[in-house]
Amino acid sequence: MLLFSYKIFTIILFILCSANSFADKLIVDKRHSLNSIKKAIALAKPHDEIIINKGFYTEENIIINIPLRLTGKDEPVLDGEGKFEIITINSDSVYISGIIFKNAGVSYLKENSAIRLENVRDCAITDCKFFNNFFGIYIAASKKCLIQNNYIQSRGKTETSSGNGIHLWNCSNITIKNNNIIGHRDGIYLEFVKDALIEKNYSKKNLRYGLHFMFSDGCTYSQNKFENNGAGVAVMYTKNVEMINNYFYDNWGPASYGLLLKDISESRIEKNSFIKNTTGIYLEGCSKSIIEHNVFEKNGWAIKLMANSMNNTFLKNDFISNTFDLSTNSRQNFNSFDGNYYSKYTGYDLDKNGIGDVSYRPVKLFSILAEQQKPSLILLNSLFIELLDIAESVFPSLTPETLVDNRPSLRRIN
Amino acid sequence: MELISKIIKFELSNAFRSKWILVYSLFFFLATYLLLSFESDSGKAALSMMNIVLIVIPLVSIIFGTMFVYNSIDFIRMALCQPIDRNSLFIGLFFGNSIPLAVGFFSGTSIACILNGITLALGSNFLLILGVGIALTFIFTSIAFLIAIIFSDKTKGLGFSIIIWLVLAVVYDGIILFIVYFFRDYPVENAVLAISLFNPIDLARILFVLGFDISALMGYTGAIFNKFFGSSLGIILSITMMVIWFIIPILFGLKSFYKKDF
Amino acid sequence: MIQLKEIEKKFDKSEVLKNLSFDIEPGKITAIVGPNGSGKTTIIKTILGLVKPDNGDILIDDKSILNDYHYRKNIGYMPQSASFPENLTIREVLKMIGDLRNSKIKHDDELLVALNLTAEMNKQVKTLSGGTKQKVSALLSLMFNPSIIILDEPTAGLDPVASSNLKELIIKEKMKGKTIILTSHIMSEIEELADHIIFLIEGKIKFDGSVFDLLTYKSENKLEKVIANMMNEKSAWN
Repeated sequence: MLLFSYKIFTIILFILCSANSFADKLIVDKRHSLNSIKKAIALAKPHDEIIINKGFYTEENIIINIPLRLTGKDEPVLDGEGKFEIITINSDSVYISGIIFKNAGVSYLKENSAIRLENVRDCAITDCKFFNNFFGIYIAASKKCLIQNNYIQSRGKTETSSGNGIHLWNCSNITIKNNNIIGHRDGIYLEFVKDALIEKNYSKKNLRYGLHFMFSDGCTYSQNKFENNGAGVAVMYTKNVEMINNYFYDNWGPASYGLLLKDISESRIEKNSFIKNTTGIYLEGCSKSIIEHNVFEKNGWAIKLMANSMNNTFLKNDFISNTFDLSTNSRQNFNSFDGNYYSKYTGYDLDKNGIGDVSYRPVKLFSILAEQQKPSLILLNSLFIELLDIAESVFPSLTPETLVDNRPSLRRIN
Repeated sequence: MELISKIIKFELSNAFRSKWILVYSLFFFLATYLLLSFESDSGKAALSMMNIVLIVIPLVSIIFGTMFVYNSIDFIRMALCQPIDRNSLFIGLFFGNSIPLAVGFFSGTSIACILNGITLALGSNFLLILGVGIALTFIFTSIAFLIAIIFSDKTKGLGFSIIIWLVLAVVYDGIILFIVYFFRDYPVENAVLAISLFNPIDLARILFVLGFDISALMGYTGAIFNKFFGSSLGIILSITMMVIWFIIPILFGLKSFYKKDF
Repeated sequence: MIQLKEIEKKFDKSEVLKNLSFDIEPGKITAIVGPNGSGKTTIIKTILGLVKPDNGDILIDDKSILNDYHYRKNIGYMPQSASFPENLTIREVLKMIGDLRNSKIKHDDELLVALNLTAEMNKQVKTLSGGTKQKVSALLSLMFNPSIIILDEPTAGLDPVASSNLKELIIKEKMKGKTIILTSHIMSEIEELADHIIFLIEGKIKFDGSVFDLLTYKSENKLEKVIANMMNEKSAWN
């Protein structure tokens, strides 16, 4: 479905591009008479192309009400002077590329952005750079837009004085691809979005989430890299999400998660790598999801599975050198673990079929204690705790009895 | 001073001539070497090393130190018939026992690190391990000496040493866990922090945990600990506690040794 | 001159030395005699500073030795049973002790020959017989030329030749004007060597005087008999 709509979208783009050959070109240059973008827009007919030559443009808020193509030549700079929204797009089929946007104004009342698209379709923002804007690209109530190859960086200090890199609200069929987003509040923010494709983006050092994702059914995100974000990635209140081949790295801090899942159902989390996160995946109220072929390495907790999560399947994942492989807050268990690899597994394989003959309990007593009483974590690595864990693994009394992997793999799978 | 160094020299030549120091050093060499070669990640290897250091060094130091005093009774008697003051003899024996242990640990571990290409810049974790390992060696040797001087009976002294080790390595943490659970409605972080300062093994363990940046796992607790041990007060206090754990048994040991009949 | 003044010592609850005072005169051989457990070795160890008295004072040449250690430079001591660091050779033991005493060992071949140790010098202590260890111990007590020599059961465990050689050495040392203290259970030996006898029973002095005095006092001519009688008296009192 998604792929199909994407194809349609490219076809439309192609048609529009060829239509463009009939369009006029207006060249904005600081040294010529046409030295203002606003002037050029006022002169332009629908589907014209405005070429902006190298230069420094401060034109307060530029509003685009007709289909236009804005192309920067040699990276012209549009500056919002820390006060204004830079470009507001109210028309379909607006394409912007090759421009540097700076200093869209921080506001506590308005979500000032470098580029705002509101209630439009078939727009594209490509190959632009964004520095120190409040919001980078803000898209509301729009369809079939493409955000690609942009570099979006901010130096926000606090969550309130910083906006999101790419912000989507109430959109559908949006493609976000190959963007770098650094230092915003949320790198990519999606709320009430349908059928979005988020691919090959690199989101790092954002203050809150690298990707923040709510009420957005049917989206796919794949091959993205989320690194060192304040709280990692949050995916909430959503059905039918696909998260494939993403890389969650170094989201390390007392309230950081590689991936925080809240009220997620019927989703697939596949072939991702979770490395050096405080918590690899945190699942709360999640159901009927499949978590398979992922690698969890050197995390504090590979998985925190809250008791209100049910019918999830953890299949063929690698758990390597995590402080805790799995933690839960209940003795009940309604999820299944099967055929995973655990580097802590010490069983044997007499029939040499690659599957351990002794089943493995990924939940340790200490992880339960720590879940109930945080300060007990001060005993991390204590000999006393090791002894307790050994005793518990022999006679389970506090850990969930049915939470067992009966076919632990002896070798790394992924 | 001259006497002390004479006794230390004598004990050192004695220790390095016997095989136990080589065995001890070899143990750390093999442990470190194997961990570093089998573990692709040196951080993980350092963590395993830390566990070995926290268990093995206190146990070996306290048992070995106790045995050493009992086995040296003849030497002590002989030395005390010479014009030697007891304080010098005690200090000399103490360092004569603890320095070989520390050297054995240090050389075994560091040679294995160097062979595996861990340089000083990369191995700040290993520097922490070496430092804390040596500190634990001296602390537990001093406890051992106090015990062996107080108890004239070898079996009693050895038993008591093992009990002290068991208390500090295991039971103490059980008590902390109990406190955390018993006072779960109160903010116990600071109390637990204070209690941990009084156990050299816990103190060493927490220094490791913070040094390895695992404290993020502890959430709020970790933040408090990080703040404390990151502050100059925390650093001074933890070093002071280590020094106290070393000095107090030594002073009491000296006092008992001075009064003891041989 | 060694003076013991009102020395008291308890081990746990048993009183070993009870308000003991006596003098040991320089240039003489003083024997401390008494039954087992009478406190002979404790007295010697108190003089050496190995045992700290609960009460009283010990003076050597009018200086208290209780919190001093330098005075031991002038004392040579041969314990009842000697033990040395096992993995050293005799030569190394002698060197070590010399080092601790800060004295150069004068290679006294006469002593080595007299004790028949010349051939044993490079043997490790753990390979030595009890008798040889005793000889090493005797050598150590004499070789630094101390002015006070304390010998606890010196001939026990020695063969007759070594025993008689040692006795000769002791007499030679006396001739040089050394103060010598010894304990022994062999009464003939005491008769042969001692000028002065201190007889102890249960931490108290029973007799303190010259051998001659003791014999005339008890009108006996055998010391052994006198001592035996005195011990019996003690049991009669109990």
